[in-house]
Amino acid sequence: MSEELLAEPGWLSEEVKTGTTIIAVTFDGGVVLGSDSRVSAGESVVNRVMNKLSPLHDKIYCALSGSAADAQTIAEIVNYQLDVHSIEVEDDPLVCSAATLVKNISYKYKEELSAHLIVAGWDRKEGGQVYATLSGLLTKQPFAIGGSGSFYINGFVDAEFRKNMTKTETQEFVVNALTLAMGRDGSSGGVAYVVTIDKDGTEEKCILGNELPKFFDQ
Amino acid sequence: MERLQLHSQIKGVSTGTTILAVKFNGGVIIGSDSRASMGESYVSSKTINKLIQVHDRIFCCISGSLADAQAVTKMAKFQLSFHSIQMDSPPLVKAAASIMKELCYNNKEELQAGFITAGWDRKKGPQIYTVALGGMMLSQPFAIGGSGSTYIYGYVDAKFKPDMTLEEATQFSKNALALAMGRDNVSGGVVHLVVITEAGAKHVVVPGDKLPKFHNE
Repeated sequence: MSEELLAEPGWLSEEVKTGTTIIAVTFDGGVVLGSDSRVSAGESVVNRVMNKLSPLHDKIYCALSGSAADAQTIAEIVNYQLDVHSIEVEDDPLVCSAATLVKNISYKYKEELSAHLIVAGWDRKEGGQVYATLSGLLTKQPFAIGGSGSFYINGFVDAEFRKNMTKTETQEFVVNALTLAMGRDGSSGGVAYVVTIDKDGTEEKCILGNELPKFFDQ
Repeated sequence: MERLQLHSQIKGVSTGTTILAVKFNGGVIIGSDSRASMGESYVSSKTINKLIQVHDRIFCCISGSLADAQAVTKMAKFQLSFHSIQMDSPPLVKAAASIMKELCYNNKEELQAGFITAGWDRKKGPQIYTVALGGMMLSQPFAIGGSGSTYIYGYVDAKFKPDMTLEEATQFSKNALALAMGRDNVSGGVVHLVVITEAGAKHVVVPGDKLPKFHNE
């Protein structure tokens, strides 16, 4: 008992992980990204309102999971590299380019880094796209989920996803998936951040805990 | 990925399974997959039945170490039939679950098995009790367990409604098990379902090609 009283709090010694739920879904005309907002260090929550959806360019965002420091660093580096690239080609970058830049860093430093970024956005060539870049692989998918909370919603997203949903249906699907994951995963929680990207622009929204949908709770 | 490995390390040599039980209007459905694995890459049986009948209207589904689970259910079946002779009436579902709980709790160091006990009795009708690894007993309107259950927490949370009809509950169970089997590599094979009502228990087997298909298949 006395040992516990004298032990230092987790956040002084534990690595800061985003221990999270992230999701990105394509719809007819764009993509919707979603994330929770909890950052944990061991058992303590060190930030309960972190936005894990990071802009890489105007119409390209990435969702962060894994080690918070690694993920943020990758996002910042790719943000810079994309700026340079878009000046060189004199046009908005493709989502595929952004995803490839993320993949290059993840793969080259795969021993040192432990972060998983989902890259999603809209470009004029291919419309809305979602790329998963787990530890250096690159795959384009109709939707992607990641983070510790994503295990619990595999069944839900498999059952409920349909191709070519409308924008509103997709936003609802993302919010439902995040809510269900936050309900079961101890490392996910807080508020839900939702970013919608289509040809008209980018819309960021924050849904507070008490505004999230309610499911069966006994 | 690390989290998954830890899960199966805690469970030891496991049936690596997906089990569920759900209450509906008038009874319970208890269901499971049929795969038994040794380690994570060898399927030792494709058609094992993890639904054990401990009495006429009380079934148990097992997860964790197959050997431990079989030993516990055998002992529970014996004690339960003795108990029901003494009481001169069919046993309560809670009695069956309590017997399993006593065995699990008193031997918690050695055993590595979890159970979902479900059935029907005259006192409280359809009931479901989960007995977890250390011996905790919990009554729930639906329960899921086994390694494959992590993937369907979101699905069952979203889709369960109290007082479903038999058809709705059967579809719910089939969907949940199919989704879990689709993502968990140590769950698979066919789906075993047992429907328990006042009238008795009915066993249904759903082969792999008759399971519901989802968007990525």
